[in-house]
Amino acid sequence: MSAKTPSRLERVLAAGHKAVTSECGPPRGSDPEVILRKARLIREHVDAVNVTDNQTSVTRLCSLASCVHLKLAGLEPILQMVTRDRNRIALQSDILGAASFDIHNLLCLSGDHQSFGDCAQGQNVHDLDSMQLIQTARHMRDEGRFLGGEEILRPPKMFVGAAANPFADPFEIRVPRLAKKVAAGAEFIQTQCIFNLEKFELWLSQARERGLLEKVYILAGLTPLKSAGMAKYMKNRVPGMDVPEEVVKRISGVPKEGQAQEGISICVEAIERLKEAPGVAGFHIMAIEWEEKVPEIVERAGLFPRPALD
Amino acid sequence: MIVAKGKPLEEIIEAVKDSQSILVAGCNECVTVCEAGGSKEVGVLAAALRLYFQNQGRKVQVGEITLQRQCDREYVSQAREEVEPYSVVISLACGVGCQFMAEEYATLPVQPGVNTLFMGGALERGVWSERCQGCGNCLLALTGGICPVARCAKRLLNGPCGGSTGGKCEISKEVDCAWHLIIERLKALGRLEDYEKIIPLKDWSTDRAGGPRKVVKEEVRL
Repeated sequence: MSAKTPSRLERVLAAGHKAVTSECGPPRGSDPEVILRKARLIREHVDAVNVTDNQTSVTRLCSLASCVHLKLAGLEPILQMVTRDRNRIALQSDILGAASFDIHNLLCLSGDHQSFGDCAQGQNVHDLDSMQLIQTARHMRDEGRFLGGEEILRPPKMFVGAAANPFADPFEIRVPRLAKKVAAGAEFIQTQCIFNLEKFELWLSQARERGLLEKVYILAGLTPLKSAGMAKYMKNRVPGMDVPEEVVKRISGVPKEGQAQEGISICVEAIERLKEAPGVAGFHIMAIEWEEKVPEIVERAGLFPRPALD
Repeated sequence: MIVAKGKPLEEIIEAVKDSQSILVAGCNECVTVCEAGGSKEVGVLAAALRLYFQNQGRKVQVGEITLQRQCDREYVSQAREEVEPYSVVISLACGVGCQFMAEEYATLPVQPGVNTLFMGGALERGVWSERCQGCGNCLLALTGGICPVARCAKRLLNGPCGGSTGGKCEISKEVDCAWHLIIERLKALGRLEDYEKIIPLKDWSTDRAGGPRKVVKEEVRL
C-alpha cells in the first residue's frame, strides 16, 4: 500500500516499518502543559499520538484543541472523534478545523455510553455511527465534497482509521465487522487492548484469509497492567475486555512492589510475540496515565529508535 | 402501545395540594393495558389523594373519570360537563392525552399523573419493553426485524459496538445488545451475509430532528 496522505503514520506504515503509536488523555482542565508534558515523555518513541475524545464520557479538554497543541509542539497527532457528542455538521466542521492545522490522522469511534461519565443525564447524539463517520471522512478527502454535495475548498488529507475489538461478542462477526469497516474506508485499525493473544491471532488469521490485511494496517493495542487489582478490574468490569485467568494469576503471583514491572514484562513479551505475527503492522501502546513507561516498553520490545522519514 | 408509568405520589400531591377539587382522569387505551392510567389506577390514585387531604383535615373533592381515548378530541370534549366543575385535572393518559385535555379545557390546569416512556409491548405480565421510537423511516427490513434505533443505547445502524458482552449491552447486564439480537436473527433467517451491508447515513428529518410531525391523509378527511 502506498501513502495517499501527508500523514507521517501512513508513510511509516507504507515504508514497511512496524509503527508505534501511543495515546495522551487530555486533562480535566484548561492547562495545555498537562498534555504537552505527557507528549514530551513519549515523543522520541512513537510515530504518532492518539488524543482521546472525552474518553469514558468524562468531560475533558477537547481532543481537537489538544491535537493542535501537539501539532504545534512538533508531534504527529491522531485525532480521535466519537459520534456520541456531535452531529454531522459538527463532525465535518471539526474535521475541517483539524485539517486547517494539518492534522492528518483521524480515528473514528462511536464512544463509550454517556452513562459511564460525569454527565450521565446528558443526551447522546449518534447522528452517524463510527462506520458512517469513516465514510464521511473518506468522502470529504477523496471526493473533496461535503456530505451535502458542495465542494470543499482545500479538502482534508486525513489517514482514516477505526477501532476493532477482536474480543467483543459475538466473535463470529468480529472479522465481518472488520471487513465492513475496511469497506467503509478504514485504512488503519487500532485494536482493543490485547491480553488474550491466542484469540487475537485467531482473529488476525481469519482476517488474513479474507484478504483484509492487504487493505488495512492493523496496529495491535497493548496496555501494560500496573497491578493485580487493575488486571482483575479490567477482566471483570470493563465491557468488551478479555483478560485471561493466567494473566491475572501471573501478575497476582508477584509481590505487590514488583507487579508494575511484571505488567510491563507481560506487555513487552506480547509485542515480541506479535511482531512475528504476519499482518501486525504496528503497535498502539495505551499506557493509561502511565505514559512515562512507554519509552521503556518501546525500547525493550526492540522498536527503538523510530524510523526517520524525509 | 404507548407505555407509561405512574409518577410518584409525592410529586402529584405537590402539584395539586392547593386545589379545591381534583378530577383524576384515566384513559381506556394504552395506559389501561400497561396498567398506568386505566380506571383501576384512577381509583387507586383518587383514594390516595382523599386519604392525604383527610389527614390534612381538608375538604377537597376528588372525582374520577376514565375516557375512552384522551388522544381524541371527540371523546375529550364529550366529557365537558363532568370535567369543568373541577379546579384541576390529573391526567393519567400518556403525554398525548394529557395535552389533548389541556387543549380542550383551555382555562383548566391539567397535570400529568404519569411519565410517558416509550412505544413498546408486554414481555410478560407486569413487564413492558421498548420497541419503537417513531423515527419515521422504518429500517426493520434491513435489520432482521429488530430495531437498532430503539434498542441500541447508541442507536448504531452498523453495530455492535465494542462494549457488547455475552449478548448484553455495555450500559447494563439487564439490557440485551440489539446488534447481538440482529445477528442471531439474521443467522436464523440464513441471511448473515446481510450483516456486511453498510447501512448508509440515515435521513433523520422524518424523526424528531425534523420538527413536530403531522400526518395528513387527504382521502379520509371530512
